[in-house]
Amino acid sequence: MKVVHGVPNHEVLDLDYPLVASALERFIREELHGRGFEKGVVAVSGGVDSAVTLALAARALGPENVHALSLPHRDSSPESSAHARLVAKRFGVELETVDITHMVEGYAEQTPGITPRRKGNVMARARMIVTFDKSEQYRALPLGTGNKTERLFGYFTWHADDSPPVNPLGDLYKTQVWGLAEYLGVPDEIVHKPPTADLEPGQTDEADLGVRYRRADVILEHYLKGYPDAYIVGLGYTPEEVALVKRRVNQTHYKRHLPAVAIVSSTAINEFYLRPLDFHTDD
Amino acid sequence: MVRHALLQLKPQKGRIHRNLEHLQRALLALRDEDVDVAVVPEAYPTGYFLQGGVRELALEATELEDRLAGWHAEHYQKPLDLVIGFYERDGGSYYNTAAYLELGGRGLVHRHRKIFLPTYGVFDEERFLDRGHELTSFTTRFGRAAMLICEDFWHTVTATIAALQGAEIIYVPSASPARGFGGRAPANVERWETLARAVSGEHGLYVALASLVGSEAGKLMSGGSLIAGPEGEVLARAPEFEEAVLIADVDPGRIPPVRYDNPMLADLKAGLPLIFPELRKVVEEL
Repeated sequence: MKVVHGVPNHEVLDLDYPLVASALERFIREELHGRGFEKGVVAVSGGVDSAVTLALAARALGPENVHALSLPHRDSSPESSAHARLVAKRFGVELETVDITHMVEGYAEQTPGITPRRKGNVMARARMIVTFDKSEQYRALPLGTGNKTERLFGYFTWHADDSPPVNPLGDLYKTQVWGLAEYLGVPDEIVHKPPTADLEPGQTDEADLGVRYRRADVILEHYLKGYPDAYIVGLGYTPEEVALVKRRVNQTHYKRHLPAVAIVSSTAINEFYLRPLDFHTDD
Repeated sequence: MVRHALLQLKPQKGRIHRNLEHLQRALLALRDEDVDVAVVPEAYPTGYFLQGGVRELALEATELEDRLAGWHAEHYQKPLDLVIGFYERDGGSYYNTAAYLELGGRGLVHRHRKIFLPTYGVFDEERFLDRGHELTSFTTRFGRAAMLICEDFWHTVTATIAALQGAEIIYVPSASPARGFGGRAPANVERWETLARAVSGEHGLYVALASLVGSEAGKLMSGGSLIAGPEGEVLARAPEFEEAVLIADVDPGRIPPVRYDNPMLADLKAGLPLIFPELRKVVEEL
């Protein structure tokens, strides 16, 4: 008989997905309009995060106002491109494909000894370059697709995945993105496949991270709320899992901030001189 | 009957001139409604989250009054009362203030400076603002009123003081970022309704909550403005997140019979002297 283990205290992550979807659609619309944009551009990887972002953007702006980009490299899994097409079709958004192989290989050929990991990061940054250029071409603002779990783990390529100025999913754990994906009608094969950055052949997120997302997310939520380790272990998580999650968060704070600036004045930007990013004056 | 309009508006951050024009257009569109009192959310002229920018954008109360009074004189034949939240500059001090303006009449009737400045979680008010130190009810053309701003109202003792001072209606300009998405409505919206119903029902008075909307760099102001009546019932409720105008009639004539049937306020006046020494002890030990 099949034994299914529940995830302890997973209900702390429960959301009302119609309410969340409605709020995120409004967020996309208002943040774009506030910046003078009517259209958005989304790089669609074939994974669940970009699928959800595309669905929200299509609902918020109308599919005709969303540009979906598929940005494969020759080493990318063919399934990723197939799933990108499937998602674009499902949400009625036209998909443009730009092959980044030449961009990446142009650099890699001049760089003997480049490792798969470094090349993966170059791929992610090449995708960022294309996305921002398409933003200029279509006058469409790039939408980020990074979720809260990968942001907290620093599990993304710095100045690539995190670069779009508007990110609807950044405060949703991966578990919650899956829930939202089901509500929005993201195809099952995308929701239920093992998450992967697809930067190296055979790569999966959970193998890289060393912990299952559904368990990590509950640990993260309790850790961020200040519960001590012993409490989290008491819920049914192992000390090793808790330590791993905390280590990943605490080794990557720099990736969630602007660069450190040497402060020599009492008007240092974002230290003394504090203004929210949407600040204006009448002048 | 006193006709109220709660204007659940979305400001553009820092664009005071445009925001006041937007408010004026919204008010002019209501001219056929014969509104007596219009209520505008907390920090409406500038938007809520300003950080240090409050120093650049805060207005003197007279400056705000002059801008609105001049406009009113051009467009109205009779007075219009306006409750409006704004960042106030007074010399070198900055406050989160609500003004009660009798436009076309006495002008600035009363101002309440927010006492409870949230400085936790997403909030950072006390870093940039000074606390108000007074809570007093005041007389309008329509009766006794009080104003409380956002977190002021989350401590029900403030509404109790206003009720003891004779307030028949409490105006609550607020700016409440949506949080807690586990239920049908954001948890903060549900909390607001629970509080408004409890306060209005306990003291037999009206509560008019005008709540800001709009995304301020991802912080989604939740709206959900409402007006609650003296039996703790919600008389009208605005939708969440979107701009709306909520119109409802307040009937001061309902208050005496409701308070007669449910004499909580009278009982409080009788019992308060008995428990006051305990309260004083608590305060003295703080």
